[in-house]
Amino acid sequence: MSPPTTTPDAAGSTGRLYAAPRPLAEMLIRQAHVVDPRAGLDEARDVLVRDGRIAELGAPGALPGPDGATVVEARGRHLLPAFVDPHVHLRTPGQEYKEDIATGTAAAAAGGYCAIVAMPNTSPTVDTAPVLSALVARASAEARVPTGFLAAITRGLAGEELTEMAELRDAGAIGFTDDGKPVVSAGMLRKALRYQRLAGGIVALHEEDPALSGDGVMHEGAMSARLGMAGIPSVSESTMVARDAALARYEDARVHFQHLSCAESVEALQHAKAQGVRVSGEASPHHLTLTDAEVQSLDSRFKMNPPLRSEADRRALVEALRSGVIDCVATDHAPHAVHEKEVPFEEAPMGTTGLETAFAALYTELVLPGILGLDVLVERMTAGGGLYGLFTPRIAPGEPANLTLVDLDSTWVVGEDGYASRSTNCCFNGRRLHGRVLLTLAGGAVVHQRPMLVAAPVRELAR
Amino acid sequence: MSRHLISIDDLDRAGIERILDRAESFAEVSGREIKKVPALRGRTIVNLFYEASTRTSSSFELAAKRLSADVVSIRAAASSVTKGESLKDTVQTLSAYDPAAIVIRSPHAGAAQLVARWTDAAVVNAGDGKHEHPTQALLDVFTLRRRLGSLEGLKIWIVGDVTHSRVARSDILAFHRMGAEVTVAGPPTLLPRQIEALGCTAEPTLARLQEADVVYVLRMQHERMTDSFVPSLREYAARYQVGDHRLRPGQLVMHPGPVNRGVELSAAAVDSPQALIGAQVKAGVAVRMAVLYELLVGSPSLVAAAVAAV
Repeated sequence: MSPPTTTPDAAGSTGRLYAAPRPLAEMLIRQAHVVDPRAGLDEARDVLVRDGRIAELGAPGALPGPDGATVVEARGRHLLPAFVDPHVHLRTPGQEYKEDIATGTAAAAAGGYCAIVAMPNTSPTVDTAPVLSALVARASAEARVPTGFLAAITRGLAGEELTEMAELRDAGAIGFTDDGKPVVSAGMLRKALRYQRLAGGIVALHEEDPALSGDGVMHEGAMSARLGMAGIPSVSESTMVARDAALARYEDARVHFQHLSCAESVEALQHAKAQGVRVSGEASPHHLTLTDAEVQSLDSRFKMNPPLRSEADRRALVEALRSGVIDCVATDHAPHAVHEKEVPFEEAPMGTTGLETAFAALYTELVLPGILGLDVLVERMTAGGGLYGLFTPRIAPGEPANLTLVDLDSTWVVGEDGYASRSTNCCFNGRRLHGRVLLTLAGGAVVHQRPMLVAAPVRELAR
Repeated sequence: MSRHLISIDDLDRAGIERILDRAESFAEVSGREIKKVPALRGRTIVNLFYEASTRTSSSFELAAKRLSADVVSIRAAASSVTKGESLKDTVQTLSAYDPAAIVIRSPHAGAAQLVARWTDAAVVNAGDGKHEHPTQALLDVFTLRRRLGSLEGLKIWIVGDVTHSRVARSDILAFHRMGAEVTVAGPPTLLPRQIEALGCTAEPTLARLQEADVVYVLRMQHERMTDSFVPSLREYAARYQVGDHRLRPGQLVMHPGPVNRGVELSAAAVDSPQALIGAQVKAGVAVRMAVLYELLVGSPSLVAAAVAAV
């Protein structure tokens, strides 16, 4: 008899997440320091996983290891609800030389994620049900971590005609976005927001006014003045956030603002929330930890859209993440091939990978210096699923096992052991970070396990 | 001096002065009937130009030849660049010929820095996008120092399209480093936000131009009109053209060339004795000889390495 495997139900999802079947975990994680702010947990616990679900939490050292279960000695390590990333680019279909579903979800697993949401700006665009259905089939065969898909708002991301949003929802779309491009026409976006009442699903927006961005390649500020490169002003983003929050208010629509990068956008989001508009926002680890000062290196790893902004913007984003004005962390994982990035900065494509470094980067730069509590970081790195109507991972009996075991004392140099992603364009490459993901359970299955680090404390109990 | 010359930031004041002193001795060579010294005999210098250039490319070529180097000059249109070969492949191919230096001009910021990663040769930035043009700034400082002895306390105004000018950026840095007070002035649409961070003040008009000891005029390109940075050449000339009506006696006028007479500079100003434009062009060869010499011969660490390799 084949072992039981994951099901959408085991992932606790609404059925819009897809993954390859994997054996359900039987595991006892002993004496880990469990942190789950939603469950009020911040203490050492034994956690028993049976049939891919959390069966029992016990006092440290109290739970016996059942027959056949893997026992992980996790004393001194931290067990967190696994993370959810509402914004990744898997480059499939069409650009599998950058990333595919297998490598992208392997990167997610290595980063401690139990679910990810992929963007539709692929080739072809995910703008019809057949394209989406083919992706769903591939994810169901290849995805290591449960993966969901957003479909395009407009055909070919051209901003001119709505996609068949209702049919796309039936085919599994979590929601809609033209990510990579803004919906330039307010009239077109308004139609999409009205149509949302029929189709359902979140409308997620990449906010940028092309007339203000021009041919900008980095943040407009002292550094762009110094380098002589065309700048993307922060108002290119914030004016569109304000415009679209007004449209969402008028249409009573549900809108999510993607990869917010500047203080003015935070103000616009805060203003909309104060008015009761159904809006939410995300910020990326790179915008929360780096600034345009990095661009002085002219290294194209630091080229992304929106661009790395000023220190004042970065601080505003951190404060918004702390206060909850920004609801969640999203990596905007954007893989590109080496030859595409190894060109002069202005010529390079925009984007950085981020799945494998998100937790460590934020832990190192925000939690260790005392700017953000670990509990707040865990909440923001797991909130994306709930925002998208999927699920929220919890460490509680009966919940599917979506767990991440991290060693907060371990330091590592990003990239020195390579990447699980097919691409290496990580803006944190070469940095020494604190906090390493040792083990990830997603949808009840073990999806990542660091061989060297976990090998020592893992023992099969011989009876 | 570092192994490459990519930015004025690679040089401190002493480093700039060392190059200028060296350039003085090469200027003397340029005055001789046989304008050649054997300093780089047997070494190869590659000029890789991805952008049209007359004075920069010819002066680099002459500089290398007067140092007795073997010179290969490659223009983008004539090379495999047009066949889609990447910058990296081109540089690695050229590096197989073991050049001592690669001089690169590119329409993209940071190109020279990338080239430096891919080759063992010394790299000289001959202009990268709108970023920097360090040898132009050095020859500008050289020209002023020759005329005035020092830049200390000098008030220098840089006038025109600063946004799209690599010359302006390198000049601001170099003039500032040499002790001058730098002001940039031009249409607000052509002054970058926060340009002050480079070490200058910004003025939207030429109302106080007479305070300047030196007026450095930038080239105004016609495409700036079509991009609506300024409404018309006519309005630009009316507000920002440097000519007798705005200049006081004794002010010096500079320009990196080529000049649009009657646009950014009046024809009379170009030809007036106040203009240093001819001296700038003349300084180009001596200063570029000095840069190549300092990078390839003058650096004590490189000399040591060369001796050790024998």
